[in-house]
Amino acid sequence: MIRWVLWILAGVLLGGIVHLATILLLPRTASQDAYARLSPVTPVNAFTLLPAPSPESTALPFMDPAFAVAVCRYDLTAGPMKLAVPVSPAYTSLTFYSRHGVAFYAVNDRSAGRRTIELDLMTTPQRNDLPEEEDVTAADRLIIEAPTVTGLIMARALSPEPGQMEQARRALQSAQCKPQ
Amino acid sequence: MRLLLGSFLTFMVAAAIGLGSTWFALNRGVAFGAINIGAWSARPRTGTADIDPYARAGIARTGALPVGLGDGVSFIARRDDDGRALDGRCDTVLRGTTPQARYFTLTLYDPEGRLVANSIRRHGFTSQELVRNPDGSIDITIGPRARSGNWLPTGGVERYVLVMRFYDTPVGIATRTGRDAPMPSVQMSGRCS
Repeated sequence: MIRWVLWILAGVLLGGIVHLATILLLPRTASQDAYARLSPVTPVNAFTLLPAPSPESTALPFMDPAFAVAVCRYDLTAGPMKLAVPVSPAYTSLTFYSRHGVAFYAVNDRSAGRRTIELDLMTTPQRNDLPEEEDVTAADRLIIEAPTVTGLIMARALSPEPGQMEQARRALQSAQCKPQ
Repeated sequence: MRLLLGSFLTFMVAAAIGLGSTWFALNRGVAFGAINIGAWSARPRTGTADIDPYARAGIARTGALPVGLGDGVSFIARRDDDGRALDGRCDTVLRGTTPQARYFTLTLYDPEGRLVANSIRRHGFTSQELVRNPDGSIDITIGPRARSGNWLPTGGVERYVLVMRFYDTPVGIATRTGRDAPMPSVQMSGRCS
């Protein structure tokens, strides 16, 4: 009897390990994550306007329909990226996601100031390779460190009323995301 | 023989518990660090690099991208204040004040995150579109039949979820209670079609 209880107890313990392992490994094996869904419709290192979500189709689940959205699928293998996103009249934000969808940085037009949001995106080794003086002169330019070499940048512009959607989309059309 | 049976039992128990709890956690949601205010629930840390492993697994599986914390905070309601699952065949009233934010949006989705088809093609409101009461509070009727005032159509679907997103807001990781973030009440009335 005791023997069976011990076998079951071992099973419960092993089950706990299985649970933790599956939770931790799932992001690496997911084939339908945001990056995988957007890969067929977005080129690398350029902003693409996503179609507005509708009941029939949506690029990603739970998209806010009040926003125009442009996505840049970045790849830092060749070097750091430069970003310039014009600010739309109402509200504009930029969110950086790792390959597995972790939002590691987000900024909106208030913290960016001026009429365009300008940022540099690079990996930690690339930042360490920056010449020292350049690092100082770049102090006024925000540098974001990416935890993964590939990932997604989402530029979003709010259309507070339906009539302003065109304006929001136009602002994002001139958003730039390119290697330095 | 006994060893074989025993280890078989162990592996069966491990698989059932391990995979079952993973399935349960991802489908029912395990909310670490969630702010619960009335019917609303938010997980601001999900929009940062400190996201917990469960939320991470969840976004990888569904393909949704969380709102970054530097951008805003997203609150979701699946039930009304009395714990009844939101039913698109009934009238539901959203009433009260909202936390401080430059803009907010309210959107109605099916449980999988798709917009719901309806006759007037309205899927939500932005803070600018809402008609407000003289004291600044809001009343929104969510239901299958047209209403005067702020009407958000459900298209008559059985289940839906509401998402309120606050952009450029002080609401965040430090927020604990409804005093920091006064969320509107969600009341499903008995009137169903």
